Amino acid sequence: MNAKGQIHGIDGSVIRARGSRGFIMGEMVKVGAEGLIGEVIGVEEGCVTIQVFENTTGLRPGDAVTGSGKPLCVTLGPGIISNIFDGIERPLRKIEELTGKFIARGAKVDSLDMERGWDVTVTAMEGDIVSPGGVIATVPESASVTHKIMVPPGVSGEIVSIRPSGPYTLRDPIAVVKTKSGGKRELYLWQEWPIRAPRPVAAKHPASVPLITGQRIIDTLFPIAKGGTAAVPGGFGTGKTMTQHQIAKWSDADIIIYIGCGERGNEMTQVLEEFTELIDPRGGRPLMDRTMLIANTSNMPVAAREASIYTGITIAEYYRDMGCHVAIMADSTSRWAEALRELSGRLEEMPAEEGFPAYLSSRLAAFYERAAYVRNLNGTEGSVSIIGAVSPQGGDFSEPVTQNTKRFVKSFWTLDRALAYARHFPAINWLTSYSEYTEDMENWYDDNVGKDFSSFRRRIVNILTEESRLMEIVKLIGADVLPDGQRLTLEIARVVRLGFIQQNAYHKHDTYVPMAKQRLMMELILYLYDKAKALIDAGVAMSAVRSSGIFERIIAVKFEVGNDEPEKFTEYKVEIDKFYDEVYASDIG
Amino acid sequence: MSVLAIEYSGLKEINGQFVIYEGVDGASYEEIVELRVRGAGGFVKKTGQIVGISGDKVIIRVFEGTDGVSLTNSAIRLTGRPMEIPLSEEILGRVFDGAARPIDGLGELYAERKADINGKQLNPVSREYPRDFIQTGISAIDGLATLIRGQKLPIFSGNGLPHDRLAAQITRQASLGREGDAGDSFAIVFAAMGVKYDVAEFFRRTFEESGALERVVMFLNLANDPVTERIITPKAALTAAEYLAFEKGMDILVILTDMTAYAEALREISSSRGEIPSRKGFPGYLYSELAGIYERAGLVRGQAGSVTQIPILTMPNDDITHPVPDLTGYITEGQIVLDRNIHQQGVYPPINVLPSLSRLMKDGIGEGYTRADHPDLANQLFSSYARVGEVRALASVVGEDELSDLDKKYMEFGKAFEDGYLRQGKFENRGIMATIALGWRMLRILPKSELDRINAGILDEFYESDM
Repeated sequence: MNAKGQIHGIDGSVIRARGSRGFIMGEMVKVGAEGLIGEVIGVEEGCVTIQVFENTTGLRPGDAVTGSGKPLCVTLGPGIISNIFDGIERPLRKIEELTGKFIARGAKVDSLDMERGWDVTVTAMEGDIVSPGGVIATVPESASVTHKIMVPPGVSGEIVSIRPSGPYTLRDPIAVVKTKSGGKRELYLWQEWPIRAPRPVAAKHPASVPLITGQRIIDTLFPIAKGGTAAVPGGFGTGKTMTQHQIAKWSDADIIIYIGCGERGNEMTQVLEEFTELIDPRGGRPLMDRTMLIANTSNMPVAAREASIYTGITIAEYYRDMGCHVAIMADSTSRWAEALRELSGRLEEMPAEEGFPAYLSSRLAAFYERAAYVRNLNGTEGSVSIIGAVSPQGGDFSEPVTQNTKRFVKSFWTLDRALAYARHFPAINWLTSYSEYTEDMENWYDDNVGKDFSSFRRRIVNILTEESRLMEIVKLIGADVLPDGQRLTLEIARVVRLGFIQQNAYHKHDTYVPMAKQRLMMELILYLYDKAKALIDAGVAMSAVRSSGIFERIIAVKFEVGNDEPEKFTEYKVEIDKFYDEVYASDIG
Repeated sequence: MSVLAIEYSGLKEINGQFVIYEGVDGASYEEIVELRVRGAGGFVKKTGQIVGISGDKVIIRVFEGTDGVSLTNSAIRLTGRPMEIPLSEEILGRVFDGAARPIDGLGELYAERKADINGKQLNPVSREYPRDFIQTGISAIDGLATLIRGQKLPIFSGNGLPHDRLAAQITRQASLGREGDAGDSFAIVFAAMGVKYDVAEFFRRTFEESGALERVVMFLNLANDPVTERIITPKAALTAAEYLAFEKGMDILVILTDMTAYAEALREISSSRGEIPSRKGFPGYLYSELAGIYERAGLVRGQAGSVTQIPILTMPNDDITHPVPDLTGYITEGQIVLDRNIHQQGVYPPINVLPSLSRLMKDGIGEGYTRADHPDLANQLFSSYARVGEVRALASVVGEDELSDLDKKYMEFGKAFEDGYLRQGKFENRGIMATIALGWRMLRILPKSELDRINAGILDEFYESDM
């Protein structure tokens, strides 16, 4: 018997209702004649508090509130990939068909298309003993993704009947399992899971394999692991969204979940358009074939914005359970935190810092802790990596969301306003960013990219650190007074900044760079450094070294050499040797 | 409905712009109520909106303010409707107050229909990504922070800076009408929130002088008009804009000034309701409120018409990290930032190009839109001008004479850029090709080897000559 009540009070997206005592914390409820979806967030004697995921204008005291008896859930099954949902997994394309270009509330739509036929290959047999996570069938969900139909958590027993392979819809029961207690349970192509509870796993593993993004400053200097967490804080206009888009496009994850949480509508349109056209360099299929979007833009209801990141991560965990590597882009977690603050204010809770509720940090922790590299219940390995954008108020990183996020993420890519103003992109500041994964993954890099990778990386970092130290002096007295050796360091640092760190997202070669080429680029720059240093040490003037134009040549390598032309690096080395010989001959010889 | 006839007189509390009634049946959230206040000269009618309900107790925000209301002299009637404005094509050329009542003496509007001022959210899958370049004739904007049809591009300014002139120049010169169109499809919706009478009058005169008055809808909530109406003004204006754009297929440019006054009105109302403040006393929902306004711009897939927004806001104490410009920048698709130092040098328009940005620019310029070299050229100008700042800082320490030859070139470039590229007349309308050529002329001051943002092929093609 589901709980029933009537609306008593309304304040924005929060309503209070009176009625039966049966309402459960976290329960999904329907509100008013239109059946708006809400969630119970407070229960006391005779009164429940509910957050409503749609606009509450026009609701009246006395309108019915009906409990559903179950928590707010997402439907998990084929049809998620390539789709776009709002914050509580309602498909926006279906809503458009039903209510037109402007969203009307109370639209009654199933999360997934229940009528669409899927070509199901059944892999389990009658008599099989199955346990949670066990795969009973597969479905080609998109050209890039094979969807595994799994036994839901909490169900185990013997398959007493199963259908043969063939076309089925989400309405068709595929198998019946007789559980240990003797009950029978029908299994469908889909299952449900509450968004606020992590899905179970067999074991968590330490993260030791990088998520390759094709972005040099990330992969080489501040990597993120598969199953890792990263935050991208930056004021407006510093390129948070751009960074997220680049990772969503080029990272070597199997599935991308892009959560537009309280951001611009046009950005979601752009992702939809671009990802449908762009081709995944690995699979050769459109990026949209491995991507799903959650769009709860800034003007959509605030409670659904709060729910959107949980919806996203629950879907991510579901694909992880199949043995996929999933990457989540959450843009932006600050908007999510603001949604928390707004709801907390309406509940008249005691605020902590800057009006944010005191539980901000525990909620952030709970979210980021759902990222992991795991062994699944069915024995496969999978991972969920989270890359969260943070939009600090006033670009000030000391504000509560940035500071609390910093405690729970291991890669921290700070976007810098000065770099963005100079249109140096990605505007990740190499002095304030960090990655705690670097050391854990050194072995992986040395084994898989090249044994000298880590040493190259350290030398590049040293050059940049040295540059920043020298710049302190230059700012006071100018570069001309520095000795030639230090001016060479500045010049090489310039090559590193322009030729390596700076990356053009709109250039066909430069937008994505494989690890092997990243290593060769570092090697080439360091080779130039060594040769030029030998000249300076031999007494050649810096002006003579610079006038050769070799530095500009090496900076241009990122545009001149295609990703599949590693042999060209040898030509550049020959060119550097020639430069060395010529300068040496004319100056010393 | 019979509900409409019932009057309730259980007024229990008056607090700022809010009144609290008890014993009200059947009130719905955010509906409009009519207030009848008995005064010395008979009844005065006021309008309010229900902003909170608890049982039979309702909290009402009174648009005209609560002066003259006592616990015994007033009664309310429910209308059963949300806040609506009347719409028809006749709104073109009309002037309304902040709550969409005609104030031009031309009488009531014959409404084709009424619309809820909160509008509805455009489904993200129904949006069309904006790509059409709008030429404003201002080099700093066209060249470096391009305006795109359907964009929301605010002007961040300070008190005493010429943001009004700039906005007026943009509206005058922006050739928004599509090609081969006599300009019939273009109109302006102007909303003033808490600005001085002179400012509103300046805009009216500008529209009149350019002969556009017939194609302008004005919503005026001036500095001394009620604060409670101020928070309605932009929503009413955008409702009118959406109607003209998406039902009548017109290209609408919306000017909203001053968004800071709007946010302050929200703060005033929030604090009188006793809500928990977040930064600088602004309510926690300021972001959502601003987003509800700014997101009402764009294009709808498969439909004619567009809404382009140019909100103007004054940064208190020129502080770009103040909550209003800060949250605005996170929602809008870029910003044009005016700078007091450049203004004091006598440069008009005093646009600081470094923090200025148009997020949609990358997809609306370059080959097929403006010219192939435009993106690289813009990047290089930004990068070189950023370097100018560093060199100037150095010069202020060591003196200009001590600079290296290269740094002196940068000083020269910086000056030329401000005097030649940024500076232009208030009526000077530069074409995009002239702007691009001007950009190259500036870059030629610097040695070719310094131009590291430009593709080598493009550099060779354009560095030597104008083409």
